Amino acid sequence: MYPTDFRYTKEHEWVKVSGGTATVGITDHAQHELGDVVFVELPKAGAQVTAGQSLGTIESVKAVSEIYSPVSGEVIEVNPALANEPEEVNEDPHGAAWLIKVKIANPGELSALLDAAAYEKFIAESEKGNPV
Amino acid sequence: MRYLPKSPSERQAMLAAVGAQSADDLFACIPAQYRLQRPLNLPGPLSEAEIVAWFRARAAENSLGFTSFLGAGVYNHLRSVVTDTILQRGEFLTSYTPYQAEISQGTLQAIFEFQTLMCELTGQEVANASMWDGSTATTEAVLMAERLTRRHRVVVARTLHPEYRQVLATYARNLGIAIEEIGYTESGQLDANALAAAVNDETAAVVVQSPNFFGAIERVPALAGIAHARQALLIVAVTEAVSLGAVRPPAEADIVAMETQSFGMAPSFGGPYAGVIATREQFVRQMPGRLAGQTTDSAGRRGFVLTLATREQHIRREKATSNICTNQALCALAATVHLCLLGKEGLRELAAQNLAKSRFAAAELARVPGVRVPFSAPYFNEFVVELPRSVRIVNDALLREKIIGPLPIGPWYPELTKRGLVCVTETTPRSEIERFAAALGRALAQPI
Amino acid sequence: MSDAIKKAGRHVSQNEGLIFEKSAPGKRGFELPPLDVPATDPRAALGEEYAREAVEGFPEVSEVEVMRHFTRLSTWNYSIDLGMYPLGSCTMKYNPRVNEFVARLDGIATEHPFQPQAVSRGCLEIMRTLQNCLLEITGMDACTLEPSAGAQGELTGLLMIRAYLESKGNPRRKVLIPDSAHGTNPATAVIAGYEVENIRSDAKGQIDVEALKEQVGDDVAALMITNPSTLGVFEPHIGEIAEILHERGALLYMDGANMNALAGVSRPGDFGVDVMHLNLHKTFSQPHGGGGPGAGPVLVRKILQPFLPVPVLVEKNGQPVLEMHRHTSIGRVRAFCGNFGVLVRALAYTLAYGPGIRQATEDAVLNANYIRRRLEDVYELPYKSASMHEVVFSDARQKKNGVNTMDIAKRLIDYGFHPYTTAFPLIVPGALMIEPTESESKDECDLFVDAMRSIAEEAATNPELVKRAPHTTRVGRLDEVTAARKPILRWKP
Repeated sequence: MYPTDFRYTKEHEWVKVSGGTATVGITDHAQHELGDVVFVELPKAGAQVTAGQSLGTIESVKAVSEIYSPVSGEVIEVNPALANEPEEVNEDPHGAAWLIKVKIANPGELSALLDAAAYEKFIAESEKGNPV
Repeated sequence: MRYLPKSPSERQAMLAAVGAQSADDLFACIPAQYRLQRPLNLPGPLSEAEIVAWFRARAAENSLGFTSFLGAGVYNHLRSVVTDTILQRGEFLTSYTPYQAEISQGTLQAIFEFQTLMCELTGQEVANASMWDGSTATTEAVLMAERLTRRHRVVVARTLHPEYRQVLATYARNLGIAIEEIGYTESGQLDANALAAAVNDETAAVVVQSPNFFGAIERVPALAGIAHARQALLIVAVTEAVSLGAVRPPAEADIVAMETQSFGMAPSFGGPYAGVIATREQFVRQMPGRLAGQTTDSAGRRGFVLTLATREQHIRREKATSNICTNQALCALAATVHLCLLGKEGLRELAAQNLAKSRFAAAELARVPGVRVPFSAPYFNEFVVELPRSVRIVNDALLREKIIGPLPIGPWYPELTKRGLVCVTETTPRSEIERFAAALGRALAQPI
Repeated sequence: MSDAIKKAGRHVSQNEGLIFEKSAPGKRGFELPPLDVPATDPRAALGEEYAREAVEGFPEVSEVEVMRHFTRLSTWNYSIDLGMYPLGSCTMKYNPRVNEFVARLDGIATEHPFQPQAVSRGCLEIMRTLQNCLLEITGMDACTLEPSAGAQGELTGLLMIRAYLESKGNPRRKVLIPDSAHGTNPATAVIAGYEVENIRSDAKGQIDVEALKEQVGDDVAALMITNPSTLGVFEPHIGEIAEILHERGALLYMDGANMNALAGVSRPGDFGVDVMHLNLHKTFSQPHGGGGPGAGPVLVRKILQPFLPVPVLVEKNGQPVLEMHRHTSIGRVRAFCGNFGVLVRALAYTLAYGPGIRQATEDAVLNANYIRRRLEDVYELPYKSASMHEVVFSDARQKKNGVNTMDIAKRLIDYGFHPYTTAFPLIVPGALMIEPTESESKDECDLFVDAMRSIAEEAATNPELVKRAPHTTRVGRLDEVTAARKPILRWKP
């Protein structure tokens, strides 16, 4: 269900690494929780992002979520489609709705991320014991 | 008590239903030491007639029968009884914020119309559903500019209303925003050269008022150029909204913070009024306040909803664009109704009348020996006069003749003692303007 | 229409477009008296640089059309005059009409805030009388009537706390806010220059006193609470909470939104509150007007009096006077002295009751408890502590059939009521927050209970009916997603 070549955070971001570049997005679980996405706020190319810190936000009608960067580095590309079609995030969160591409500053950070199996387990557990 | 729709027997029945012996049982959850053992020491209870009598007595202690020449951010204008009739319809007066859109379409459509009218008036692309007043709208505009530019300095005209500047200072102090003030020239307008020298790459916004506190109209396009040259935003505050019926709107501004009291709201000793923020579409997500947007239901019927709510406190909490929750909806409705009644031609005529009255008054006052109109810039319905002696003392004499004279501006501008602000609107009869000039002449002729 | 729906029925309401769609050149809605001074040509008077032609796009309609337009629009709204709004913590009580009358009197509505105080004695007396009433009701020592709304009152209060702590050498960094708090609380704390730290509620939905002891360090300026809480429950440990804060030099701020449970019964000044605001558009009957205006007076203990915003209402020779300068003041929070028209209405309300205001509080708490008792077998009650003026249920039982609080709220509209507050407070997932106020008769409460019981039944037997509600309104559920993705915020010609 979740692509095995991605890595995941507990904040429901995914990252796909190719060479020294990381492509970042939010997971299907996250878009489902948010509901219909109406707006995505992303940094500009050239901005620096830091692992674990907010790189922007995703808004639905009734909620806003921070997007936490899984990696540190310089933003080299921002997905231009999302400004006019934020609904892509709901429709293809793992593909066409990638958010940013980052030149990885510190490859060591990737080892802290979850693989697909661990992420699926994480979601299953948090849904079970979840009163709030 | 007439506001409580329960008979004693109904109270008993309900108490029984909840298993309480008496009303006191309902408060057992409050620790005993915090439960009052005595009735509150309050005036009343008063019947409806006694309430009316009490307030009539207070009204008699105010300025009934006086003619006022005050403006300075609050303006006497004609109001139609139609506005009050509509405002007092229970469905507008006693309804809640339109969060449940299906049963609030009246409020939402009226807000949409208000937003449209504000855009047309100010020459901006988008406007919100109201802020508390012009002073807090101006402050919120500064905070908005700070978010948009990520800069923390503001350059503010001294000719921005003194109380607006005080409010800005109160908010800015706690948010690390530095304020630099720029003076004015002999025309009464902002000193553009001093402004250009003060604006730099740390400046988030330039804040001016037009017409300004002295009544003078500012050169907005030039000021916008100065701000934009350093990627700062231009905020224009408007305290006298009727001016936009004759004066070019501040379309070059990035944000307009306007007080709409002149449209259908009585002066009411300082409030409630309705501020509004209008801006460029590209800034809309950083704009505070509610927004009504047009949409459809599943059957394709047009309707309106509050939208872009994720900016607001109830969703964003500590990351909100503002803490504003309750706004000034009913006052904004007054403005909407008033502007619909006036319409395009009515507003133009109203503004023209204000221009005519103020120029007539300026000429009459300038003929009084010793009185000058010192500033040379074009003005709308307010202007500064200079007297040969203390404005306050002259006003005491005028008050005895039931005239509320020029507002002394020395307390805010120590370099301008003996100057006062005069406002004349369409409501001031010619005979009263003439009487004012005559009384002023008599007051100045008295030995000191 | 279901037989269970007794309070509402269908009726015809008029369609009406935007006022701009009715506009045509040459129509006027308001005529001005003729000019009695020489006319001026605006272009000549102002100069080409500053002059404007008419405002393009402005409507041109007759008085009749304006009356019809807004009257028709008004009939699309629910309102208190029509029936109950069980909105939690909004206190949607009856708005007495004598309040409207006195606010409009010549000599009250007509007064200019800059007119000499010598001809404003009536206004100042109104302010003094209201101030004294609010001090007596709350048990506090000093007051400002200046803030425009509850949120501005919160800011004023926090700025006064900051100024006080600064005067003691250290403004501190953080404000503690419970997870059950209204969103204005954290939003305001940030504007006051503080960081927000959440404090957990305990299993009863109350402030976790042990957590509080740990979290109140010397970098905490204040705790902001609502009492009774947004669950409608009185904080039984409020005295201890105040002591913990005071011992460590911090202050207790109370959001007075729920004062309708306390007026005449208990006073915040007596249980340790240092500073609080009131919402005159809640407890004190100022009409909501579709979203405002309101007012948020702030009441403080003596230690905070030097920091009140200017102008301060003081007594000089037995007369109320506005003092424009006070060097320890936090400054001015708005132009002029406040929403005076709102103050007039709040005073008229208070004078109508006098000490009898306690009866209103008793009726409010009685109504809430009555509704709780009659619904607790069909709706989940997550927190069982005694309710004061409001009760919070959850949609846990109805969720089993896929029906949530929003659906139930929308179906309630078909029964002739405005919805209760959905999805707040955040500590109750799927919350139904119900506050009837004292203005509701037993009949109206019974109709509400019957409606809610019927909907619970529908949720079990015919969930689709509830999920697709409302069925009887002019418009159905509106597309909020498109409204947020592609906002249309004004009419265009």
